[in-house]
This record gives sequence, structure tokens and C-alpha cells, in this order.
Amino acid sequence: MSQKIIVDPITRIEGHLRVEVVVDDDNIVKEAYAGSTLWRGIETIVKGRDPRDAGFMTQRICGVCTFSHYKAGIVAVENALGIIPPLNALLTRTLMNAALFLHDHIVHFYQLHGLDWADVVSALSADPKKASDEAFKYTSNPYATGADKLLEVQQRLKIFVDKGNLGPFANAYYGHPTYRLTPEENLIVLSHYLECLRIQRIIAQCMAIFGAKNPHPQSLTVGGVTCVMDLLNPSRMGEYMSKFQEVQDFVNHAYYPDLVMAGKAYANEASVLNDIGVNNLFTFQEFQLGKNEWLFESGIIKNGDLSKVYEVDENKITEEATHSWYVDNEPLHPYDGKTNPNYTGLIDGDSIDHHGNKVNSKVFDTKGKYSWIKAPRYEGNPMQVGPLANIVVNYAKGNKNVVGVVDEFLKETGLPLDAVFSTLGRTAMRCLEAKIVANNALRAFDNLVENLKVDQTTCAPYTPDTSKMVNGEYRGRYMGHVPRGTLSHWCRIKNGVIENWQAVVPSTWNASPKDANGIGGSYEQCLIGLKIADVKQPLEIIRKIHSYDPCIACAVHVMDTKGNNLSEYKVNINL
Amino acid sequence: MVDYNQIESRLVALEKLPSLNSNSSIPKALEKAGFSRRDFMKWAGAMTAFLALPASFTPMVAKAAELADRLPVIWLHMAECTGCSESLLRSDTPTIDSLIFDYISLEYHETVMAAAGWQAEENLENAIEKYKGQYVLMVEGGIPCGDKEHYLTIGPHAKTGYELSKKASENAYAILAIGTCSSFGGIQAARPNPSNAQPLSKVTDKTVINVPGCPPSEKNIVGNVLQLLLFKELPALDVYNRPKWAYGLRIHDLCERRGHFDAGEFVQSFGDEGAKNGYCLYKVGCKGPYTFNNCSRERFNQHTSWPIQAGHGCIGCSEPNFWDNMGPFEEPLASHKFDTVFGLGADSVSDKIGIGVLTLTGVAIAAHAVIASMKKNEE
Repeated sequence: MSQKIIVDPITRIEGHLRVEVVVDDDNIVKEAYAGSTLWRGIETIVKGRDPRDAGFMTQRICGVCTFSHYKAGIVAVENALGIIPPLNALLTRTLMNAALFLHDHIVHFYQLHGLDWADVVSALSADPKKASDEAFKYTSNPYATGADKLLEVQQRLKIFVDKGNLGPFANAYYGHPTYRLTPEENLIVLSHYLECLRIQRIIAQCMAIFGAKNPHPQSLTVGGVTCVMDLLNPSRMGEYMSKFQEVQDFVNHAYYPDLVMAGKAYANEASVLNDIGVNNLFTFQEFQLGKNEWLFESGIIKNGDLSKVYEVDENKITEEATHSWYVDNEPLHPYDGKTNPNYTGLIDGDSIDHHGNKVNSKVFDTKGKYSWIKAPRYEGNPMQVGPLANIVVNYAKGNKNVVGVVDEFLKETGLPLDAVFSTLGRTAMRCLEAKIVANNALRAFDNLVENLKVDQTTCAPYTPDTSKMVNGEYRGRYMGHVPRGTLSHWCRIKNGVIENWQAVVPSTWNASPKDANGIGGSYEQCLIGLKIADVKQPLEIIRKIHSYDPCIACAVHVMDTKGNNLSEYKVNINL
Repeated sequence: MVDYNQIESRLVALEKLPSLNSNSSIPKALEKAGFSRRDFMKWAGAMTAFLALPASFTPMVAKAAELADRLPVIWLHMAECTGCSESLLRSDTPTIDSLIFDYISLEYHETVMAAAGWQAEENLENAIEKYKGQYVLMVEGGIPCGDKEHYLTIGPHAKTGYELSKKASENAYAILAIGTCSSFGGIQAARPNPSNAQPLSKVTDKTVINVPGCPPSEKNIVGNVLQLLLFKELPALDVYNRPKWAYGLRIHDLCERRGHFDAGEFVQSFGDEGAKNGYCLYKVGCKGPYTFNNCSRERFNQHTSWPIQAGHGCIGCSEPNFWDNMGPFEEPLASHKFDTVFGLGADSVSDKIGIGVLTLTGVAIAAHAVIASMKKNEE
């Protein structure tokens, strides 16, 4: 007899996400549904506003990938109006973006995803001396894993556990049978978990040096950047460089070795292997390092066939809403996207709770609509986006920034290339992406310094190129790669204000509900066939979902609520 | 006025509360982490100054921090972007504030908690029950209300954000609305507010302390928790229920570019010579004269920077309805009837109020006077 498992809330993510699966008598997942349970409507709110305000508003889509939507909102307007920022501005944005990538990836691995791989309570029984020796197996220069340091970490954990109130760590899946790390390995990860709390503050400072603050930096403007004083101040530049190098060291001597360690330990754990999810991979060019030089390239791989990489055709992107809480179901290109909310709610049903009892619950109406996330498609097919797609596509294209790093990782872990198509692979490719960014982003820094010697311009004037106007309207878009995958923003500007805005974001691609053909996104597809060891503790589900680094506020977007007379908006000067 | 005796009696009362954590205290934990008593007292001194208390209060701030583990915290996520949680994670003075973070006994916080699904729901219910009347509720995000209430549901029973925040408010010892969204509705409540998002104060009848900002600095979040420990009563609040110690001054009052404002030296466009020389950003839209917050004093990310240092004007993010009232963010409020590059005046569509006749400086000064008198009248 089949039974339903609900995981809601999926915690340690951004936003509100629910996953439901149906398992058979052997606890093997037969059906899977992923849906978001929050709607905010930012694209509706942007309409009718000054185009220069759009970036500030789209930025508030997410405070985690807190630069991505800001940059996207600004670049989409620049693209529409034909405004070309100076090279100094483009390279400064690269440096801010590098800080974002490193921040997101390290915090994801340790604070958000780490507890899926490491059973921290088990670290209590570790031998710190042995653990210290263990760390040398994965790097010649281990980070914060001396025996004394590990003993101190262990004692700190002991105090915490002994007091009997685990606070945010309470009620987790400790002791779950699919944990694979030894107590010593868990202790190493715990030490890095605590170090990461410090390192994430430093890399956030790197963004704040040029961006004023983090989260939600405030130094981009349509046409360029505003932080000209920081760029012309050598001590400020040096501050970025030295802080960045400190984080680079953490990536190379803590994050990467831990990933190799986990890769080896989990190489025989079925629940994290062979689950590619959607095997169409989609990525887009990002990280401008110099005048005509980019770190990552664009491309598409179809059906997992690495022998051919296709060029991206933007006209083939559509979104539809057959199973999403919106009125209009037909596939539409983002420039013409419609999204009128049509909430039909959850329905009464039952599921297995954390005591193993069958209990009344609210469940998805899987025959009808069940998510605020729409279903983006490329040529009518779902795509997987994210670090896995980015690294694999670039590997297949022979990108010299990527190939060597991937080969080295496969050699060190002994994993075959096929193993990359998995939950383990998604987590590993994120680390490789961080490593590649950490070890290359300062090329943009060097080029910026060189360029500043001959050119100090940081901002182009806000002057539309009227030749770009068609039928009184400007159209433009941002497309690129952000920490969670391929992001695009599409805008139309008319009469000096935003006429229409659509964001097609990474988590929308991956967390997509089923489309009119009954085909789901990568979250749903990767869960099918998964065996759950203990239905009361569905750790395998959250481990798989976390491997995508879900960012759900981003995915929940919207449009055109008809009938709102946007032109009636008034500014109240008197506060 | 700060009452020394009041704090002292508050500390005595706190000491009598059952400890959540009898084996640990901040000083002990600090010792483990390699910090000396002197480091701790230095930090307490900084916090004292930060809370605008006299230096003689430093030992009491230290004492309050030592007792902080007796304060369970429940943090709820509503309609939001998680930026406020991220800001909390940036909390400064390494290790010490991450200790505070552990230390307040964070019972429920979806972004960091280990439990998920049923286990997470159980944690929330247990915490509300076990610490009834003792916990501090911190809410991030606007709350979908009325007929759009179901635009947010959480947990296997699909309770709405409205239900959950209302219930958690009923049993809280104190309620903090963290960020502009829970304080004033935020971005999702901006025109035309399609999800009918509302501030937390519309959900409960109890007093809500608003800690706005998009996001508020890490210091304003942590500082407010400490404030609650020091005073049994709520801190002094302004007309928008913001603590005066953090939101008592305008950005403009302590702005590093204020001298240029007074001298009439303005950036005319981003990247120009004035921008390179750090001139005032008023003419490119700075809302510092209309915005109450301590950014110009405290900055962000361990004092690394703040918007005006990075050459962009303040957008007014800690003021109610700033998304609708302060835009366009790169034009002065004074020239809302602005000539756009499109040649037809974008605000002929978006704004029917024109006050272009006033001179820029005149408006800024007039706004000072209006705000100041408004505050006085409403107090």
C-alpha cells in the first residue's frame, strides 16, 4: 500500500517550499511533487515605475543571492535602452559577483547543506588527534584542524549538547542510517562549520567594500557603478584583495578537501548517486574578467549527451502554468508573460507523520494546480540549471578554466565522470565552481587596476539609444549565471516607465511543477526511485532537494494582475 | 531617561528566572573560545556606547549578556527575501556575536534550524508551549492578510502565515518586527500590494517594536535583543514604534557628506568630478534628510561601508511605504516633476504632484522642519 510523505517546511533554504512524495511498500518513491506556498508579486509591483528603480525592487526578490537580481534588474534596463557601462563598472560588478558566489556556496555547504552529510552529534566520540591526521589525507595544508583546535571544538559541542537544549539543532535526523562520515570526519566538518561563520562575514565585507552593504548592496545604477571613490582609493582596493585571498584560502584548504572527503565517503551511498533529475543542462556566460574575456561560457546539453553542446536560442524559452496557481496556462515567451493569480488551495488528505502514524493533513491537489512556481521550458523541455549544469557544459566545451579542475577532482575521489550526474555531483560541482571563481576572480581585479591607470570613468549617462525603440517601446533582458543557475530578467519600457517585467530564475527551472505534458522539473524527477530508509526521518529527500540550494522567493514570481490602474499611483511628498 | 535602579532590579529579576543553560555562560564559553574577560568587557563597553548609555552602565551590559541565555527566541519567516536573517548572520565581532546567536536559544528559525517538516512544526509548537510568556518573537516579512491570507501557508497542516504569527504573538514576552517588511509591509505591500501584505502590527493587538531597514543592520537586530534584557519595559519608541536609540536621528544629521550639502557642493551625475570628490548626493536622489536610522553612525558589515560612502544616495528604506513615497530613488523628492531622458516626464504617468518650483536646498531644509515638528507633535 502506498503512503504519502510530506516535508513542509523544507528548512535551511531561502523561502517556503513543500515536497510531497508517494512511496510504495518498499519505501521507494513512485511519485514526487514540489511546490512553493508563498506568493509576493514583485513583478506586478515594478510596473509603472521609473526604469532606474527596477533594479532596487527586483533586488528584494532575494536577500540571499543578494546581488543577482539587483544586477539583473539594472542590466535588463541597460540592455533595453542601449546604455553601455564602462569597463571599470563591468569589472567592479564582477568583483562583487565573485564575493556573492563564494558567500553563497560556502554558507550553503556548511550552514545549509552540511547537516545532511555530517552527523555533528557523532563528532562527540571522535579522537581529535586522529581527526587531525585524517585532515592531512585531503590537503597538505589543512584549515583549522590541529588536534588542539579540534579538541576545543569538541568541548564546545559537548557543552552545547550537555545543556540538553539544542536550540536550532533540535529534533534533526541524527543517527540516520545513511550518514557516512566517521566521527573524526564529522569533527573536521564541524570545525569548518564554525570557521565558516567567520569567513562568510569576511566575504560579505568584500561585497560591501564596493557595494556599501551586504545583504542588499547599493552601488549599481543604470549605466555603471557609483563607488568611484572606493575604486580610486588604493587602500580600499587592497582591502578587497587581502580579504578575498583569506576566503580563497578557506575554499582551497577547508571547503575543497571536505568535499573530496565527503565524495569518497559517499561513493557507495545509493541515495545520493545516479539521480540526474532533468538531464537537459542549461548555462549562460558569466564573470567578465577583461575586455573580451569571460570565466564561464554559455551552452546547452540535451539528454545528458556530452558530445555536443548547443548554442542558446533565447526565443525558445517559454513559461506555462498548467499546474501553477495562475489563470493563463499557455506557454508564453517571457516578454509576453502573463501571470494572474488563481489560488485553488491545498485539499484534505492524509500522510505519514514523524511518529509513523497516518494523520490528516493538507495535501497538494496534484490533478490540478499545486504551486506558485511556474513551469519554464526550453523548446518545450524542462532544463536543469545550477553549478552542475554550468561546470558540465563548460567541461564539455573544453573551457580551460574548468577542465583541469574537474579532472583533478575525479582523480582525487576516484569517481567516474558519470557520478557527477547525481546529488553528490550537484554538491561537488558547486564546490568546484567556488574553487574556480576563488582562483580566477582576481584576474578581473588586476585588469581593473590596469584600466584605472588610463581610464577613470565608472558610469555612462542615462541616455537611451532611440534607435532601439520599436513602436514606442524598448525591450531588453539580462541573461547570465548566478549561484543557483541560469537567471534571466525580461523587461519592456514604454512612456518612460516599466510596461512589463518577467524574471525566469534558476529555482523556477529546477523546482518547476509538472507541465501540460505531465513532465516535472528536476526536483521532482530526481526523487523518483529514491529509497527512503525511515519514513519518519526523510533525510534523503531534504539532502537531494538541498543539493540544488533552493531559493524559493526567487522562484515565486508573477505578473500582470489585470485591472490595476497603475497610472493612479501618487507620490506623497509629506511622508 | 535611563534609570540605573530600574536596570539593576531587572537584572536581579532575571537572575531568579530558571536558567535554560545552567552549565554555560557567555564568559565561560568565551574562555573556551580563547577570549579573555578583558575582551568580553571591551565588547560590553562597545555595546554600551552603541545603545547610547553612559559608560558607567558597562558592567550592567556585561551582566545582561551573561544572563542572555534565559531568553528563548522564536523567529518566523513570512513574505520575505531572507535578507534580515542574512543580516543577523553578519553579526559582528567574530565568535562573540555568533555566541550570542547560539546563546539566545534560538528555538525556531527556518533558515538555520536542522529539523524540517513535521519535526520543525513540532519544534515551534513545543517552544510556544514551553516558554509561554517568556520568549521573544522576531518576525521577518510582511504578512498576507484578509482574503489573500492563504498566499502563504507553512507546514503539513498548511497553517497560514497570518495564523502562525498571530498565535506566536499571543504568547510572546516581547515582539520585534525585524525589517521593513514586518514593520511596515515592505516591498510586497508596495502599490498595488497584490498579496494584501500587512505589517505585523496589523496582526496582533500587542505592542510591536519595529526594527525597520531593508535589511536592518546586524547591530540594530542584536542591539534590540539586548535592550529587552536591560529594561523590563519596552524601549522608548518613536511615532512608528521604532526604538529611539537606533532611529532617533536622520541619516542626514551625521552624514559624512553633510559639509558638502551645507557648502552647496553636489554630485550632478554619477561618476562626475563631484562624485570623485565625495560631494553631497542630494541631487542624485539621496533621501537621507527624510530618513531616520543610524546608518551614518554605525554603517554595515563591521563598519565596512554604507550607501553614501559607496556613492549612492539613501533610498529611505527604514521609512514606512518608502517604496511608494521615496521613488524614483535617483531623483530628489524636490524635483518629482522631473524631465526624463524620455523627454515627456515619466511622472506625468506616475506622479501628479509637482513641486518643482521649490529650490533643492530649500526643500531639504523645509523637510527637516516638517519632520522635526511632526515628531514633536506626535510624541
